Amino acid sequence: MSVVNAIIVGFKEIWTHKFRSALTMLGIILGVSSLVAKSAMVQGMENGLKSALVALGGLQKIRVEAQSVPIEQRHMRDFARGLTLNDVRSLIEGAPEVELVSPEMRFDTSYPTLAANGKTHRTFMTAGCWPVQAQMMEHVIGHGRMFNEIDDEEARDVVVIGTGIRDELFGKPEDGGSEIIPIGRQMTVNGHPLTIIGMFEHYESETDRKTRELREAELARQRESGTLTLTNKTGTRRDRGWSGSSRGGGFAYWIKNNTVYMPLNTMWKLKSGLSNAPAEPRLSNMEIRIRDVDHFDLALTQIRNIMMVNHRGIEDFSFRTQEDWAEQIQTSVKSARLSGGLIAAISLFVGGIGIMNIMLASISERIREIGIRKAVGAGAFDVFIQILVESVVIAVAGGLLGLLASRGVIWIITTATPTDNDPVITWGAMLFAFSFSVLVGLAAGLVPALKAARMNVIQALRYD
Amino acid sequence: MALLELRNVSKIYHLGGEEIRALDDISLDIEGGEFCSIIGPSGSGKSTLMHILGCLDSPSLGSIRLDGIEVARASQRELAHVRNRKIGFVFQFFNLLPKLNVVQNVELPMIYAGIGGSERRQRALKALEMVELTNRLKNRPSQLSGGQQQRVAIARALVNDPKIIFADEPTGNLDTHTGEIILALFRQLSQEGRTVILVTHNPEIAAVTPRRIEIRNGKIADRVDERLAGLDRLAAGQPATLPEAN
Repeated sequence: MSVVNAIIVGFKEIWTHKFRSALTMLGIILGVSSLVAKSAMVQGMENGLKSALVALGGLQKIRVEAQSVPIEQRHMRDFARGLTLNDVRSLIEGAPEVELVSPEMRFDTSYPTLAANGKTHRTFMTAGCWPVQAQMMEHVIGHGRMFNEIDDEEARDVVVIGTGIRDELFGKPEDGGSEIIPIGRQMTVNGHPLTIIGMFEHYESETDRKTRELREAELARQRESGTLTLTNKTGTRRDRGWSGSSRGGGFAYWIKNNTVYMPLNTMWKLKSGLSNAPAEPRLSNMEIRIRDVDHFDLALTQIRNIMMVNHRGIEDFSFRTQEDWAEQIQTSVKSARLSGGLIAAISLFVGGIGIMNIMLASISERIREIGIRKAVGAGAFDVFIQILVESVVIAVAGGLLGLLASRGVIWIITTATPTDNDPVITWGAMLFAFSFSVLVGLAAGLVPALKAARMNVIQALRYD
Repeated sequence: MALLELRNVSKIYHLGGEEIRALDDISLDIEGGEFCSIIGPSGSGKSTLMHILGCLDSPSLGSIRLDGIEVARASQRELAHVRNRKIGFVFQFFNLLPKLNVVQNVELPMIYAGIGGSERRQRALKALEMVELTNRLKNRPSQLSGGQQQRVAIARALVNDPKIIFADEPTGNLDTHTGEIILALFRQLSQEGRTVILVTHNPEIAAVTPRRIEIRNGKIADRVDERLAGLDRLAAGQPATLPEAN
């Protein structure tokens, strides 16, 4: 008997027992769909985390932070000069693996006060830096311009802000009904007046963007139909704090949106209180972008060597990389994948047991049929294939339906527990789940098929 | 050379340490084209003999040559092949597959012979023509009478053009009149030159065949029991034709 024939016979057999087959398939359907759904959720989570990592410069970014002299070098602390522009220049010239370096200078108080428009706000993301910083931190100018080398050289009183700062000082687009672009307006940083010359784009995750667009569309419709009601309640405003979820990497976008950049020399001027301070400025830290992630260790060694020479062996600096974060992403994705995959695999396994159970019942119901088939010339192999094909057909049909059902499962999960990350169904996951279901069908059919193939013809023929 | 040659065939079962010889040193020749019956009371070993002749079972000792091929030591796979190509079975309980219709049932042996769809259909129709059942092609076995079901079974037995047709109590589940029609069909097959072997305990049926082989206690009886073989009727002047309805 050809395999095509066996498949046709298998389908007929399943069709004659529609309800029974459907119940059997259900196990596989649930197993496959939960496997695909789980993988889609994890994939979505991974994508969200990775895009957050990229939003902050990715793995290519190394941060050098000023640090107090370690205990064993305390006797030399008078020689410690801290991070200086000299370090920046020698890194640019001396380390071939380094692509970009930007110095950063912050206020000694970690939360400088910003004020404008009669409102105040404190954010730790206020820094003086070089124009190249915008490029390194993956910032995109939305309105106005980034300050340039001349602004820095002349220590002009200019500032570039993120939309988060605009929201706090000038109001959110949702509140006012239209977006406020505060280019050219004044704000103060720790009391020093600065002119806003640029504002970055609004950064947000995919899901946030979609929700915002939906809300805007809704507002626009209301405005058109004239039914717009002001939802702003009167009375004291209440800030309910940062509401992002830590899993989605929303934190990364929040940080970017709350950035305040001014030219390095402007910052130095503000800090020292002089219009033209003579000594070399002390940096809080440096942002470095390396050329190639694959040469990460080499780049780190180069940076370290140059720094050690500059600082005469005094380790008044430390490195911070995104490796830990990347690793954390890997581990959490791995563990989510493992736990989810295990549970889905167990449910597929249970589905397989269901198939085996039904196939065993089916062959003991058909002992006589098997006897007849053997009497008219079916070999053990023919019978074996027939039973195996039936089992695989159930599994394959269940697998295909499961792939369809996975969309439903994802819909249920995302409706019940909304996440920052859109689930992503990958072809790989579908292929894996499907082939796993076929494998389960094969394994489940093996024992019943062997049993049927080994049946004695005479006994089978006599069986009632 | 005979179509079927049995030499010193024994079938031995072991039941709780006790040795039971279902067949005891049987030697037997059946020529091509012969119409014969294997008779004997139940428990005599005639079913065992039929199973071994029909390649459903293998003997413990001895040799069997079917159409010149030694089958006594053949593997299960080879036996299945021989059953498929050289032997047709007709059973007491018809043994049709209930989920298949008439044509599909008749096509079954050809599926395992690897014969393609259109030829299968053609040959099935031809076999059904022979048993005069062309008007019930799409019916399920449960929609047919006993006689019709047995005719389907005969068509199935014929469809691979076998050397031998075994019929195990073919009329056992039929009323007398229907039984006669079925027996007439077997006689017709015999006249067409096929080897037909009837297995029965019924003397009236055995009387139809020119040759009768009686099995008693696992051996071929030296002399056929006339009553058992229906020969007393012959002696009484009745022709050895179809048994009368009574």
